Amino acid sequence: MEQSAVKGQKTNSKSAFMKPHIREEWVGRVYTFVCILVLIATILAIVYFVASKGLSTFITNGVNIGDLLTGLKWDPEGEPAVFGALPFIFGSFSTSLLAALIAAPLGCCAAIFMTQIMPGAGRRFMQPVIELLAGIPSVVYGFVGLSVIVPMLRAIFPGQGIGILAGSLVLAVMILPTITSIATDALAALPGGLKEGSFALGATRWQTIYRIVLPTTLPALLTGVVLGMARAFGEALAVQMVIGNAPHIPRSLFESASTLTSAITLSMGNTISGTAHNNALWSLALILLTMTFIFVFIVRVLERRNHR
Amino acid sequence: MQAPAHTRALIEIDKLNLYYGTFHALKNVSMEIPEKAITAFIGPSGCGKSTLLRTLNRMNDMIAGTRIEGKIAIGGADIYSKEVDVETLRKKVGMVFQQPNPFPKSIYDNVAYGPRLHGISGRKQLDEIVETSLRSAALWEEVKDYLKRSALSLSGGQQQRLCIARALAVEPDVLLMDEATSALDPISTLKIEELAQELKDRYTIVMVTHNMHQAARVSNQTVFFLNGEVVEYAETEKLFSTPRDQRTEDYISGRFG
Repeated sequence: MEQSAVKGQKTNSKSAFMKPHIREEWVGRVYTFVCILVLIATILAIVYFVASKGLSTFITNGVNIGDLLTGLKWDPEGEPAVFGALPFIFGSFSTSLLAALIAAPLGCCAAIFMTQIMPGAGRRFMQPVIELLAGIPSVVYGFVGLSVIVPMLRAIFPGQGIGILAGSLVLAVMILPTITSIATDALAALPGGLKEGSFALGATRWQTIYRIVLPTTLPALLTGVVLGMARAFGEALAVQMVIGNAPHIPRSLFESASTLTSAITLSMGNTISGTAHNNALWSLALILLTMTFIFVFIVRVLERRNHR
Repeated sequence: MQAPAHTRALIEIDKLNLYYGTFHALKNVSMEIPEKAITAFIGPSGCGKSTLLRTLNRMNDMIAGTRIEGKIAIGGADIYSKEVDVETLRKKVGMVFQQPNPFPKSIYDNVAYGPRLHGISGRKQLDEIVETSLRSAALWEEVKDYLKRSALSLSGGQQQRLCIARALAVEPDVLLMDEATSALDPISTLKIEELAQELKDRYTIVMVTHNMHQAARVSNQTVFFLNGEVVEYAETEKLFSTPRDQRTEDYISGRFG
């Protein structure tokens, strides 16, 4: 009954009240809807394209999926061609994990300093500077890595300086701003009452930080680390410049290695579309895409835990 | 309900001035707060009552630009002297806030938080402290079977009593209550008021309240603030029945505030 009353009113008052806004409303709705549609279509198209190309390695070229994921030998132009991508998978995981291990404590501690120790200057000067770091192009990081980190490692450790450690260090610097700014936001969003409650019980600042602040914000801090790892996992150029690009699993941190991304960027231009080699590179891209989805999924789970 | 005449003063405030930057928030405040009684601070918003409360456990230290002149002594010791350890002071002067602020931990860990900070780690000893504190805060019967549950699962009133238990667990002498019932429903408020009545036999309680009736119901001594000054302080019954100052009379009869 109520509904019909409202309806009746609507038809009566339509010309008097609704007209000026109904148009705006409609234009806005259609415009935003088109935008989201384009976005979704693009994502679906990319997923479909990468998947169809990547899966054709197994379907058309008859490569065993298990062999690709666990094979140690990568010889795509050989007779017969061998597609073992484990060295790349290993390289990608080890560099991004190591980078996260180096950058996470640094980023979280920097965030603690900026929010808990010097909140005034931290928020005003240091956070903008760190966000600036995030905008530096990756080729610059790679170049600095090549001309500073690699010679330094060569001087200190055995080997040529290039390898997993050089790649990890470059990636660590690259993902540091991501981790730091997410951690800073998380720490700054902590309700002030919790810290006050702790201080009022006679806790020192450090006791409050590691007994209240860190445990409470842990899910958000981990979100930052996982996002940083995802960025490291997908980074191609900077790593490619310092890792050496040898397709085997290194026996030390200072031996030349390779990652999924660097393998793709190095060879993609030299292969012919439709060949087994080209399709195998798409399979590597599919592995990357899948991993990205897994990272995003982990972030979602962490965020849900954070909101509880 | 009147403060017994033999009660001695535990807290002495002498010519206290407090500035936030250039803002003169407390002007020449002097008073004595009796031991093992409830003292209520009343007055309109922004009159300085909460500020004074927060000088008693030095929570104002954390606000940049705060400057203090004058003297506050608790049990004869100047709490703003250089040798004073702020953490030890806050252990002796507990505080309950306007918004219940339990930590996102279990009920047990909330109460054990303070004792653990101060070095108590024995399981049996902690169990005992948690039980006594929760009993003192009249919460034990409601939560004794759920000690491992998150403190955030409690109702607002229960959370506030948990915060009281948490404060009592470090064995303070003084308990400061900063509008501790203003975020609670009337029944929870009543429970906290009854609790304050029980606790005053063992603790010196100072409460800030925006609710005059609450001050009249529970306190032994009432202090009326206006614009950073103490207008009048007296035994609660006296202040509400025969106020000496015209402004006090206007306020308690509801003419402003």
